[in-house]
Amino acid sequence: MSEEMTGAQSLIKSLEAAGTETIFGIPGGAILPAYDPLMDSSIRHILVRHEQGAGHAAQGYASATGRVGVCMATSGPGATNLVTPIADAHMDSVPMVAVTGQVGASMIGTDAFQEADIRGITMPITKHNFLVTDPADIPRTVAEAFHIASTGRPGPVLVDVAKSALQADTTFDWPTELHLPGYRPVTRPHAKQIREATRLILESRRPVLYVGGGVIRAAASKELAALAALTGMPVVTTLMARGAFPDSHPQHLGMPGMHGTVAAVAGLQRSDLIISLGARFDDRVTGNLDSFAPGAKVIHADIDPAEIGKNRHADVPIVGDVREVLVDLVKTLQTESDAGHTGDFEAWVEFLSGVKATYPLGYDKPADGALSPQYVIERLGSISGPDTIYTAGVGQHQMWAAHYVGYEKPRTWINSGGLGTMGFAVPGAMGAKVGCPDQTVWAIDGDGCFQMTNQELATCAINDIPIKVAVINNESLGMVRQWQTLFYNERYSNTDLHSKRIPDFVKLAEAYGCVGLACERPEDVDATIEKAMGINDVPVVVDFRVHRDAMVWPMVAAGTSNDEIKYARDLAPQFDEDDL
Amino acid sequence: MSKHTLSVLVEDKPGVLARIAALFSRRAFNIESLAVGPTEHPDVSRMTIVVDVEGTPLEQVTKQLNKLVEVIKIVELDPTMSVNRELVMVKVAATVETRSQVLDAVQLFRAKVIDVAPDAVTIQITGNSGKIADFLAVLAPFGIRELVQSGQVAIGRGSRSISERSLRPVTVPVPPANVG
Repeated sequence: MSEEMTGAQSLIKSLEAAGTETIFGIPGGAILPAYDPLMDSSIRHILVRHEQGAGHAAQGYASATGRVGVCMATSGPGATNLVTPIADAHMDSVPMVAVTGQVGASMIGTDAFQEADIRGITMPITKHNFLVTDPADIPRTVAEAFHIASTGRPGPVLVDVAKSALQADTTFDWPTELHLPGYRPVTRPHAKQIREATRLILESRRPVLYVGGGVIRAAASKELAALAALTGMPVVTTLMARGAFPDSHPQHLGMPGMHGTVAAVAGLQRSDLIISLGARFDDRVTGNLDSFAPGAKVIHADIDPAEIGKNRHADVPIVGDVREVLVDLVKTLQTESDAGHTGDFEAWVEFLSGVKATYPLGYDKPADGALSPQYVIERLGSISGPDTIYTAGVGQHQMWAAHYVGYEKPRTWINSGGLGTMGFAVPGAMGAKVGCPDQTVWAIDGDGCFQMTNQELATCAINDIPIKVAVINNESLGMVRQWQTLFYNERYSNTDLHSKRIPDFVKLAEAYGCVGLACERPEDVDATIEKAMGINDVPVVVDFRVHRDAMVWPMVAAGTSNDEIKYARDLAPQFDEDDL
Repeated sequence: MSKHTLSVLVEDKPGVLARIAALFSRRAFNIESLAVGPTEHPDVSRMTIVVDVEGTPLEQVTKQLNKLVEVIKIVELDPTMSVNRELVMVKVAATVETRSQVLDAVQLFRAKVIDVAPDAVTIQITGNSGKIADFLAVLAPFGIRELVQSGQVAIGRGSRSISERSLRPVTVPVPPANVG
């Protein structure tokens, strides 16, 4: 199927052929030729207000749907504005293709107008990237980009196309096969490793299923539920895996890590076997590595072999797609169970249930009747429910959103975990809403984060993308302020944003064609949320004016052992080790 | 011994050297020496990388390298089962008094004089790093004026080729185009 056309037409046709439905982007000089055939394409292009918004929207779209998210920008500053979302997608394994224009091939290297070596810049933050100067290479490159982005451990792929290649005449030939000799992700787990893992599970007395974002990317929640049901093992879900296992499930201990629940942190610390599923022993989970789960053997299943043994030695490494790993583990454990061999975890489960009951998540309500941020988020989760998609920025509100919403389903919690990008929530929600238009999408944002990317409210209002934004307004960079409270003698250097005064978020929302609401009393929270829930034709922004001294608990101070967890300021949990 | 020699087969594409160099820099891995050149296959280049893995397990280095899409195969060469060579060209002061001693050293090390000037000679030597270090130590007293050294290249002993199995074509079917 060879067809004569321009490189620009070939690019758009290739994106269509790869299954692209939506592109988030902004045109500019070098990418301009591609925007002409885009007008006649089946692809919906959403014109954003800043390229960073395009990138995060593509991430939100991909995380909500599981399909590859696509963003587009011009050369130079357009491309460099995509750097943050590309790095974010790389850290959080989000399947994304970023298409950028580049100056004409003969101009490359001359410091031409709007020239930036975006391939060089993004080398360390992409799964792979391409520079296309020959228009004949466009279809194959696009096909390779989508294949690499969406298979193995997903990630961002950048395709930089020279303007001269877009303008030249070429033939469009969609490849039938790809030749990638150095790219062969292993998806089938090794049977020997599965048997070894089965043996360790049955021998253990204190196992924990340590569930990471890979379980969500691999769409393996059903298989995880089967393993949990079969064995009765306790489960923790990391920040990237919230929703992979229902929060309401009695085996669920919550989120581990620096701001994890006491039960999840203590469960890992005291375990004798950690079954890591698509997780990477990130420092925010392990705290001080040397003292992390000192008595635990490790089964580490991941599709990326480089994650296995990177931070923590794996006794049983399993390279493979985590869904296939879970299917195989369930099969072998079922066979053992049928033969009368099951693990004996009763005392352990009982101990952890006690910890969970003794140290539930909680917060103090301020004495003066001011609004608690945790209360707002708790009510939002209850009223909007588990079918809603929640996105967040980064900081205190993100941790509260991770804890207090209550997640029951995968792909309902989308945030920036690895890179920790403030400003992710609004464009991320926009992308999620485009991908899942029938689901309610709430961006839970901080007043600091919101001011980094709220220009995309215009995009949402104009393109009928009715997201809802809950600004948890404590008029400060709350997480930094919390550290200043705890570790810098309450010297609040440059964390006061004055955002209860400037800007007026209600007016700002209205200026952007959205509905703006404000709420500062606990008794008004439900009614305000209900009101926002009733508005579905335009975006809604709610300014929740909360008290500024709320802190995120529990907390393990950076660099210390997870044994040093505090569930409130200066309050360490006491464990009765005899219970074990 | 924390040095290891890796033979890395890569697709001969623009930017692949930059990718590998950037990976070492980003992951704080130390490169002791790096040499790149063509192979018996026109689309494949071979890098010989000597890595100093003080602090980083070799396994992490090879796993991260393997993640690069253009890296086809990595083999660690066992020093006893492989041959390695470096090339040095060195300009040494050689006066009427010292010239014969310099030429003696050249003979002893089976090196070669490749250029002669009234007060200096330029010598080429190939060998493993031990031999080269010894030779340079012998020359040092005469006065080394300029020195250029290649990265190490290495190859396994015996008749087997590291590219035999890895270069079989591997293709992935592409889903049919979504276009009407």
